[in-house]
Amino acid sequence: MASNGKSNGKAKGNGQWVGKRFKRKEDPRLVRGISHYTDDIKLPRLVHCVFVRSPHAHARIVSLNTEAARSQPGVLAVITSADIEGLGMIPCAMQMPDLKIPAHPALAKGRVRYVGEPVAAVVAEDAYIARDAAEMVAVDYEPLPVVLDMEKALQKDSALIYQEFGTNKAFTHAMKSGDIEAAYKKADRVVKVRLINQRVAPTAMEPRSVVAEYLPGENRLTIWASTQIPHLLRTQVAIMVGLPEPAVRVIAPEVGGGFGSKLNVYAEDGVVPWLSMKLGRPVKWTETRREGLMVTIHGRDTINYLELPVKKDGTVLGLRAKVLADMGAYHQLLTPLIPQLTALMLPGCYKIPAFDCEIVGVFTNKMSTDAYRGAGRPEAAYDIERLMDCAARELNLDPAKFRSKNFPQPREFPFTTAAGLLYDSANYQQSLKRALQLAGYDKLRARQKVGWKQGKYYGVGVSTYVEICAIGPSAATPAGGWESATVRIEPTGKVTVLTGASPHGQGQETTFAQLVADQLGINPDDITIIHGDTLAVPYGIGTFGSRGTAVGGTAVYYAVEKLKIKIAALAAHLLGAKPADIVIAHGRVGVKGNAKKSMSWGEIILAAYTARSIPAGFEPGMEATHFFEPSNFTFPFGTHICAVEVDPETGEIKIEKYVAVDDCGNVINPMLVDGQVQGGIAQGLSQALYEEMVYNEDGQPITGSLMDYAVPKAAHIPEFILDRTVTPTPVNPMGVKGVGEAGTIASTPCMVNAVCDALAPLGITNIDMPLKPERVWRAIAAAQAAVPPPSATTAKSARTARRTA
Amino acid sequence: MKKKNVRIVINGAEHCAEVEPRLLLVHFLREIAGLTGTHIGCETSLCGACTVLLDGMAVKSCTVLAVQADGRSITTIEGLAASENLHPIQEAFWEEHGLQCGYCTPGMILCAHDLLQQNASPSEQEIRDGIGGNLCRCTGYQHIVNAVKAASRKMNQRQRAAARAAD
Repeated sequence: MASNGKSNGKAKGNGQWVGKRFKRKEDPRLVRGISHYTDDIKLPRLVHCVFVRSPHAHARIVSLNTEAARSQPGVLAVITSADIEGLGMIPCAMQMPDLKIPAHPALAKGRVRYVGEPVAAVVAEDAYIARDAAEMVAVDYEPLPVVLDMEKALQKDSALIYQEFGTNKAFTHAMKSGDIEAAYKKADRVVKVRLINQRVAPTAMEPRSVVAEYLPGENRLTIWASTQIPHLLRTQVAIMVGLPEPAVRVIAPEVGGGFGSKLNVYAEDGVVPWLSMKLGRPVKWTETRREGLMVTIHGRDTINYLELPVKKDGTVLGLRAKVLADMGAYHQLLTPLIPQLTALMLPGCYKIPAFDCEIVGVFTNKMSTDAYRGAGRPEAAYDIERLMDCAARELNLDPAKFRSKNFPQPREFPFTTAAGLLYDSANYQQSLKRALQLAGYDKLRARQKVGWKQGKYYGVGVSTYVEICAIGPSAATPAGGWESATVRIEPTGKVTVLTGASPHGQGQETTFAQLVADQLGINPDDITIIHGDTLAVPYGIGTFGSRGTAVGGTAVYYAVEKLKIKIAALAAHLLGAKPADIVIAHGRVGVKGNAKKSMSWGEIILAAYTARSIPAGFEPGMEATHFFEPSNFTFPFGTHICAVEVDPETGEIKIEKYVAVDDCGNVINPMLVDGQVQGGIAQGLSQALYEEMVYNEDGQPITGSLMDYAVPKAAHIPEFILDRTVTPTPVNPMGVKGVGEAGTIASTPCMVNAVCDALAPLGITNIDMPLKPERVWRAIAAAQAAVPPPSATTAKSARTARRTA
Repeated sequence: MKKKNVRIVINGAEHCAEVEPRLLLVHFLREIAGLTGTHIGCETSLCGACTVLLDGMAVKSCTVLAVQADGRSITTIEGLAASENLHPIQEAFWEEHGLQCGYCTPGMILCAHDLLQQNASPSEQEIRDGIGGNLCRCTGYQHIVNAVKAASRKMNQRQRAAARAAD
């Protein structure tokens, strides 16, 4: 059995390097602490920016007095919305027919709509002076009624966040297929559940940071930013500050995690460069953790009404969903997009003949939601996987067998889902079978039966997930779904790869080198991957949506293939052979069937640069660029199983076993895939068990520090048992699907299913996350007050008793 | 605020400066000594990204004042390995994929150093508890735990080899 978090899944090694556990090229500099994140950037004459933020969730700004702050020694500037008339709005990339997009100024103008909204910025010679001065900015607010609860926000008598819209509804989005009315008519039962997917904070360990330096002589604005999307940020900032795009250079140096939160354009991204242009000094702003929890985008925050019409035998006939999605007070870059990904993935890995889904976006006086690891898909997986478990319980069917009954068969792929997506390839049955074996599922069920009779609450959670990755075909994305790569073999034979995918911990410097090493028959140590600098790298999209390898890596693959054609043409010319007979391998270029005719790698590459003898039409040099446009998304999948014991006295949950069998297609580096899976599971489990961004009734975020916001520690996370199945995708030539979000998508419902399963004898069918001991205990106490203790009831009769906690 | 002179030995080199009493040690390290390998993740001693060794003991340098470190000795991540080679803990983090984005890594490694000084062969649970003051958002901790175990084996082996050589 796999253990210690090391999977034993057979990676399909199709070369010397691909498929191998290969130590990361990034690490020597990172373990020494000698490379640079944005806040590490030092420039001569650098000054520091601090933002003054609203303490109110909703208020009118009556007056703003910056005099005292401005007069402090060492303070260079204090600005408010009146000073930045020329600075553009914070962008939202989404377009939909009925989408309401509020004006989103970088500094609040007249009104504030969430706690933390920036109202002024202070620049000083050092950060301490700037912080002191920020406290001297006097703002007089007139509080307005606060809108926090989505369901109340949609009622007619609710206060409005935007009078001009006449509603707090940001958009509605409907999706339908099949005959849902017929499904309800044919159904023996309709399983219903209301699920809350709570608001969480991404909390990358590196806070956001922006450094900007404007050189008027060169007309060059250089921005260092902790971002996942340097090129998109460059375009947007150029528009905001009004410079031609070529004058703006964005550098994403080391980026300390993102999880979607740095796939955005924030107020600070516009204000800091603008200040640098006005002051003629380089300016730095670095987020405090308190700001990070308050004003970096949040994830999730949906209320889900779900209905599943089913036959007694376990055949699913349809799925109806109404989802309320909290936008927060403004739209950030992709805010309204996220719940649409939920709609697309709601049918999960099941054959569902009829689908009826409505999504409603709602404005509230909170920070914006946006992409957080999984971005809409964890919500979908949570909905369908929790609903399937509730249905299994109502039908008195085993949840694994019930799922399996509704899987499409492997031969049915590519498979069109109820939401209209074309799933590329899968074998859900194999993945489920493997996970059941690894978990010792039958034994766990047998133990549970005995345990329940003895007052022991053992539970087993199953989650069979599918995710939409390799985002994505451009037609289905708001800002281009392709990726670029330029591969240059330098005159010395060393290789430079420029990739538009801008990683922040994923390890593309390693995996892309492995890939190129195999294609060219050279060593990964001779390959350098450059990313995150818009002056060096052709336009790219970035790293998010599990696209780095499947889209960015594929661009690299095709650029290298172009170079191989070029090498073959030159070698054929120099060796007197046909291009088709040229073999590139083991650091040499030779001719098939003629061992005498060959050149070393160095000789052939140098010949391309010296260009003394080249075939007709051959362009000197050795560089190729490819912009890869994917034909479809990819759909990784898998099965996670979790075994728990719940202590009825305390509500504490003991995780006894966690098994994850994931299928992300072919694997380039199994060690890195394991790392992605483990990190993802930890984040998903943590949403299930610990994390929640809480606002009080006044709209104050009360989980505003890491003391209150529960990012898990090492002892909170169990050891995982990992395995893989390998079902390559036909969407790209490497057969890779993407793995960055899998763990986060699968694990949340898996955990909650396990706990609800454990408490089934009490008739508990749902507890909303996070499953803190207190919440679990309350659910148990309420259920115990309503039904006899478990010793007096049998598991079977308990399974039919229903009560929602 | 009246400034004070401090003298802090960092990675074996002496750094003297006149500082405000409120200056945090982490800012002294990053802004005055120019050693940016020590990261700031929360400024409230909850995340451990800023962990350094103060006279050999792990402390969170965001909640130590520079004046408190006056006359004392600090080891930061940049000074952990004696030479061009990596320290065994650094090697183990590399070999076991104990890092992804690398931001928590310097603090995590120095925290592990402190743990292994106190307990040369910690169990899995002792490691998980021992690094409880340091947060990582990327790895899910398993590879970090594996790295600390591997570092423990390496350091114990090297110590035994050194003892044999001395005999």
